[in-house]
Amino acid sequence: MNKLILSTAALALSAGFAVAQDVVRMGTEGAYPPYNFINDNGEVDGFERELGDELCTRAELTCEWVTNDWDSIIPNLTSGNYDTIIAGMSITEERDEVIDFTEAYFPPDPSVYVAMAEDVDVAGGVVAAQTGTIQASHVASTGATLVEFATPDETVAAVRNGEVDAVLADKAFLEPIANEDADLMIIGDDVMLGSGIGIGLRESDAELKATFDTAIQSMKADGSLNTLIEKWFEGMTGPY
Amino acid sequence: MSCWESFQAYALRSLGLGERLLPKADITVCEQVVLIGSGLIWNVYFAAIALLLGFFFATALAMAKNAQNPWLRKPAEWFIFVFRGSPLFIQFFLAYEAFVLLPKAGIEFSLLGIEFGASTRWLTRAWLGATIVLFLNTSAYAAEIFYGALRSIPKGDLEAADAYGLTGLHRFRRIVWPTMLRLAWPAYTNEAIFLFHATTLVFFSGFPAWKQMGDALYYANYFADKTFNPFVPYPIVAGFFVLMTLVIISLFGMINKRLNRHLPKQKRRKIALRLNLIR
Amino acid sequence: MFAHCADPSTLEGFAWLACYLTNGKHMLFYGSFGTVLLLLAITAPVSLAFGFAGAVASRSHIPPVAWIGKLYTSIVRGVPDIVFFLFFVIALDQGIEWLRHQAICPDWTEPVRQGNDFVVCPEAKMPLSTAPQSIHEIYNFTLAVFTFAIVFGAFAANVLYGAMNAVPRPQLETAHAYGMNDRQTFWRILVPQMWVYALPGLGNLWMILIKATPLLFLLGVQDIVYWARELGGSKTAIYAYPHPDWRLYYFLFLLVFYLAFTRVSEVVLERITRKLSHGQATAAGEAMRREA
Repeated sequence: MNKLILSTAALALSAGFAVAQDVVRMGTEGAYPPYNFINDNGEVDGFERELGDELCTRAELTCEWVTNDWDSIIPNLTSGNYDTIIAGMSITEERDEVIDFTEAYFPPDPSVYVAMAEDVDVAGGVVAAQTGTIQASHVASTGATLVEFATPDETVAAVRNGEVDAVLADKAFLEPIANEDADLMIIGDDVMLGSGIGIGLRESDAELKATFDTAIQSMKADGSLNTLIEKWFEGMTGPY
Repeated sequence: MSCWESFQAYALRSLGLGERLLPKADITVCEQVVLIGSGLIWNVYFAAIALLLGFFFATALAMAKNAQNPWLRKPAEWFIFVFRGSPLFIQFFLAYEAFVLLPKAGIEFSLLGIEFGASTRWLTRAWLGATIVLFLNTSAYAAEIFYGALRSIPKGDLEAADAYGLTGLHRFRRIVWPTMLRLAWPAYTNEAIFLFHATTLVFFSGFPAWKQMGDALYYANYFADKTFNPFVPYPIVAGFFVLMTLVIISLFGMINKRLNRHLPKQKRRKIALRLNLIR
Repeated sequence: MFAHCADPSTLEGFAWLACYLTNGKHMLFYGSFGTVLLLLAITAPVSLAFGFAGAVASRSHIPPVAWIGKLYTSIVRGVPDIVFFLFFVIALDQGIEWLRHQAICPDWTEPVRQGNDFVVCPEAKMPLSTAPQSIHEIYNFTLAVFTFAIVFGAFAANVLYGAMNAVPRPQLETAHAYGMNDRQTFWRILVPQMWVYALPGLGNLWMILIKATPLLFLLGVQDIVYWARELGGSKTAIYAYPHPDWRLYYFLFLLVFYLAFTRVSEVVLERITRKLSHGQATAAGEAMRREA
C-alpha cells in the first residue's frame, strides 16, 4: 500500500514538473574583483557576471547566479548544487582531471608579486597566497616560505601589516590595489601560471560544455569579448 | 609510494620535518592518514599547553569571583562573561587582528629592547597567539566550573577546618582546593574534551598556516581540496578525534580516581561522561 | 535607500556613512541577523526532539535500540562540530537526491556516480534547478537546521538521559504502587519532573548553540559572519563605497551582539529556573517554599 502511494506521488511529481533543462546555475565566489564580486546592492557583479549573462543570452539559456566559498567550489559543482564555475578559475591539469573546462575566455593571466619595497627576495622570503590556488602551489615549490590565508583580502592585509614580505596573486586582482595604495608596488616580472581561465563544468555535462564553447567562440569572433575585457581590465588590450 | 615511505616522509611534516612538498597527484589513503595524524600533533600541543596553564589561572579566577572584595570580583566576573559569552571563532579573529596591530601600536615596544619587539611578532604565529587565546578561553570556562564547585563545598568541611585551626593558605591547600577539584572534575573533563575539539578552529579562522604546517583539519582541508572528495579526509579527522577523546577520558578518569582515593569504594563518584559544554 | 545616495562619490563624512550603512548589501547583513535568530528558534525545539528520542532510545530495554541511541550520542559528541559540518551537509544533500532519484526515475540507466560526479536525473534534483534562488536558500537553511539539530540533539540526549536518571526512584515506585503502568509512569511522573534536573544542562546547551552559529557559513547559509567578512574587507574604487580593511569593526559589532544575546539568555534562563523550581522536591524548591 505504502509503495503504491509512493509511486503515484512520484508519477504526479514527474508529470507536474516537466523540467526544462535550460536553467543553468552559475557558481562563483563573489570575492575577486574585477572578475567577480558582490556589489553594493548585494548582487553578483564584475567581468564574469557580464560575460556569463552575455554567453547565456547567446546560448538561449536562463542563468541564475549563486555564490559559494572558494574552498568547496569544486565539490559543490560535482555534487550538482550548480552547473558551472565561472570564478576566475585557471585551467590546470589537476583540476582538469576532476572537472571539465570550456575553452579559455581569458588569456593565461600573469601572476605578480606585490610588496612594500623593491628589494624583497621573493624566492627566499615569506610569501602569502590564498589557500588552494595555483599561486599557493607555485610558492610552495619555490624556495620561499608559504603563508596561506583563506581569502584574497587577507593576503594583501598581511603584506600591509608587514607579516609577510610579498603576496603572489593574479595581476588583474593586484594591479588596482597596488595603484591605489602608495605603499604597495608590483615587483619583478610577471609569472605565467595555468593555461587561461575557463568555465568549469561537470565531466558528465558534455552538452553544456559544447554550448558554452560555441558561445565563447562567437564572442571571440565578433570582438565583443575583447571589448568586455578592455572595459573591466584597465590598460589591457583584447587578446582575441 | 608505499605506506611506510609516506610515513617516513610526512609523519612530522606538521613540524616542518621530512618531505617539503605535500603530495599533489595520486594521493593515497595512507598519505592522508599520515599527514592528518601529523597535524594532530598541533591539536595536542594547543590543548595541552592551554589546559595546563589555564588550570592555574582558572583557580585564581574562581577564587577572585568568589571573593567579597568587588575589586577582585568584578574584573573576574567580566573576564568570564566576555570569554564565555562570545564565540571562540570571533575571539580568534579579533585576537589575531589585535596581535597584528601590536608592533605598530606603541613605541614603548621597541624601546623596551629587541627581545620584546621580536616577541610581539611571534604573537601573530599560531603556536603562540592561538595558544594564548585558547588559554584565556579555557580559563574562563574552567573558572566558572571551579566557581560552581567552590560554592557547593559542604559547609561541614569548612567548619571542620576552622575547628582544627586551619587558616589562610594552609586551609586552602589542604581543604578547599582538593574538595573543589573533586567536585568539579567531571565537568572539567568535559571542558578538556571541548577545548581539544576547539583547537581545530585555530587555522580555520584568523591564524594563517606557515610553510604548510597546520593541524589535522588544515591537512584534511588540503586533501579535500586536492582530491575534490570530502568523504575521505574529514571522516579520517573525525576518527582521530574520537580516539583522542577516549584518551582524554581515560587520563582524566585516572586523575579522578586519585582525587577520590580517600573515599570508601561505594561513595566514590563515578565520573559522569556528560559532554555538555562547548563554546 | 535615500535619494541623495545615488552618487556616493560626492558624499562625505556623516552623509556618506549614512548612505553606506543603508545600501543594499548592508540590508542583507541586517537581514542575516534574522536568519541566525530564526535558525536558533527552529533548531532548539528540533534538537530537543532529537535529544528526547535519543535519550529514550538509550534507556530502552531492547538492546539494539539502546545501542543505536548510545552510538548516536557518543559518536557525534566525539567529533568536533566543525569537522561534522564540513562533510555532513554534502552527504545529506546527496542522500536525499539519491532517494528521490530511486523513487522518481527508476528507468534511469546511467550510473549515479560518474567518476567524481554525482549525477541524478533532473527531476530528482533537490530543489529543482528551475526553482527560484529563494527556494534554494530555504532548502540550504533547512539542511543547516537539520545538521545543527543532529549535533545538538546528541548533546541534548545526554542531558535528558542524565535528567531522567536523576528523578528520585521513590517517585516512580510510588507511581507503580498506585497502579500506573510503565507508559503512564513515564509520561505522567518522569517527564514532568525531569525538566528541573535537565534545565541547567539545557541552558548550557542553548548558550553553546548560540556560540556555534558563526559556523553557519560552512553550511552554505549566508549568515552574519559571511556578511561581516564580505562587507569589512577592503574595497577598491570598483565599488561604490571604497574603504580600507574594516573587518575589525564589523567583528567588534558581532562581539557586542553575541555578548548582549548571551546576557539576555542568562536572565531569561534564571527566570525559568525559578519558575520550574516552584513546588519541586529539591533544595531550591524548598527554599522558595520557605520564602513564601
